[in-house]
Amino acid sequence: MNELLNSIHITPLWYLIPSLLMFCAGVYGFLTRKNLIAMLISIELMLNAVDINFVVFNRYFFPHSMEGMFFTLFAIAIAAAETALAIAIIINIYRAVHNVDVTSVNEMKF
Amino acid sequence: MDYSQFLTMKQEIGVLVLFLVVFIYDIFAPARSSKAIAWISTVGMLLLTVAGFFPCLLGVPSDEAVSVFNGMYVTSPVVCAIKCILNVGVTIVLLQSVKWVNNDMMAMRRGEFYELLLVTLFGMYLMVSARHFLLFVIGLESASLPLAAMVALDKNRYESREAAIKYILTACFSSAVFMMGLSFVYGLTGSLFFSDIYASLGMAENSALLILALAFVIAGIGFKLSLVPFHLWTADVYQGAPTSVTSYLSVISKGAAAFAFLVILAQAFGCVYEQVWEWMLYAIIILTITIGNLFAIRQRNMKRFLAFSSISQAGYIMLGVIALNFMGTAAMMYYILVYVFSNLAAFGVTQAIENKTGMVSIDDYRGLSKSNPALAFCMMLAMFSLAGIPPFAGFFSKFFIFTAAINQGSVAIYVLVLIALINTIISLYYYLLVVKSMYITPGEPVVARFRSDASERLGLVLTVGGIILLGIVSPVYNWLLDTAANSELLAFLLNV
Repeated sequence: MNELLNSIHITPLWYLIPSLLMFCAGVYGFLTRKNLIAMLISIELMLNAVDINFVVFNRYFFPHSMEGMFFTLFAIAIAAAETALAIAIIINIYRAVHNVDVTSVNEMKF
Repeated sequence: MDYSQFLTMKQEIGVLVLFLVVFIYDIFAPARSSKAIAWISTVGMLLLTVAGFFPCLLGVPSDEAVSVFNGMYVTSPVVCAIKCILNVGVTIVLLQSVKWVNNDMMAMRRGEFYELLLVTLFGMYLMVSARHFLLFVIGLESASLPLAAMVALDKNRYESREAAIKYILTACFSSAVFMMGLSFVYGLTGSLFFSDIYASLGMAENSALLILALAFVIAGIGFKLSLVPFHLWTADVYQGAPTSVTSYLSVISKGAAAFAFLVILAQAFGCVYEQVWEWMLYAIIILTITIGNLFAIRQRNMKRFLAFSSISQAGYIMLGVIALNFMGTAAMMYYILVYVFSNLAAFGVTQAIENKTGMVSIDDYRGLSKSNPALAFCMMLAMFSLAGIPPFAGFFSKFFIFTAAINQGSVAIYVLVLIALINTIISLYYYLLVVKSMYITPGEPVVARFRSDASERLGLVLTVGGIILLGIVSPVYNWLLDTAANSELLAFLLNV
């Protein structure tokens, strides 16, 4: 078992490709989902992809400083604040139209 | 760590102190005197504005750029000047919103409006002063998240809720895209300091990753600035938000983001100007000005109309960024100052009429010159200034920004300025439609004669004074040109 693990050489690509996939999945979800909560989850996915990117770049390419790690910490806090505010507004919407579907929030257009 | 570094952040400390005063008053003041909070904040903001112009109080003491926290934060005359311009705008916005805040519907949330507004102003200060992307992102988020709450402030009105959800979702999406761009920049250069990014981009080969990263960064800030093709949220949010918040959103938030955009593109990515971002910005400017104009023509709602007008004005402001010279910086700041006055005059009139009658359609302005000549006159000056008709300030700001762009020298920019000029003529058409509706269209006045609130009148007098005087008093532009020419922002141009 140990030999097997040692034979696998983990390069940055092992992290970067999943993070890129996560980001693209987030964008796709944001554009196609009709449920406001699902859209919010898609945004969360995009933000987490960013965090992974920063950590991996820091760990593999610039290990002498901690800039990327710290950016990630702040980005997590900011994402939490964004989610809290967005959920508050979604609850407000729910009180008005009694569902959380984007297609029912379309009074104003063009 | 040397804690005296915090003392260089004088303007930020001023805003924080005002925030705390408002916050504590909001908590402890008895309910019957809660209306005083409007005047406390307005007078406090006025004092901050005045103090910002005096170096011994809140301005910068020297002509040199002072950087603290290892260079994460910079203050200098040019940064201080843009903060003063923002302060002037905020003071007028606060004056105009006193009436709205003091109506009974707002009794529960009176203080929140001012607290959120001061926090966003603090975030904008950080945005224009930041020289490190971490501090910039914190500033950007603290400038845009409370704004979403402000958009939702009228929470019993359906439009306000819809506008808020549209704003918060696009804001989160754009900041995610922006941060993805930053992560690529970090991967390429290994630093988030603007100066380090500049240095290592200068040595490296241009890669496809850099183009992708800059496209993400520009898209992220383009959302905040509502540049086409990232503008789709603008009209809905402007229409749905309470008018005071709309005027704040369209003037102050946009002005700060535009200046911060210039700082990022010049200080961090200035060395790849021709290779990477000139053509991106070029396309965006053409699209922004043209599409903003064409959609403005078909609007009947005044707030939507002003939204599209502000989209195309943002395109003109971007001409100062693409010029990337000292004159461009000065012209951009001057443009923002003039735009503050002209747009706030238009919003002031819209708001006065909306507070009194609830009407926001352009057709409702018919015959306004007969029933309310003073309001109609203010609106006419605002429209003339936004369109750029000669004796008013708007003409000079457009003139300076076109001159600055032409000074950049390449043929492509000449074509860009030509397109912008043609668009100025198109914009004249729809701005004059409003004037026509007020002065020429026959028929009985829709809005009855009324007397607007003292605070609203004071705000309108200030804006009209600004529109007329700024065009005539040339020392204002000369002062901005001096500060821009001595600034550290574009210092790298001298080394080439």
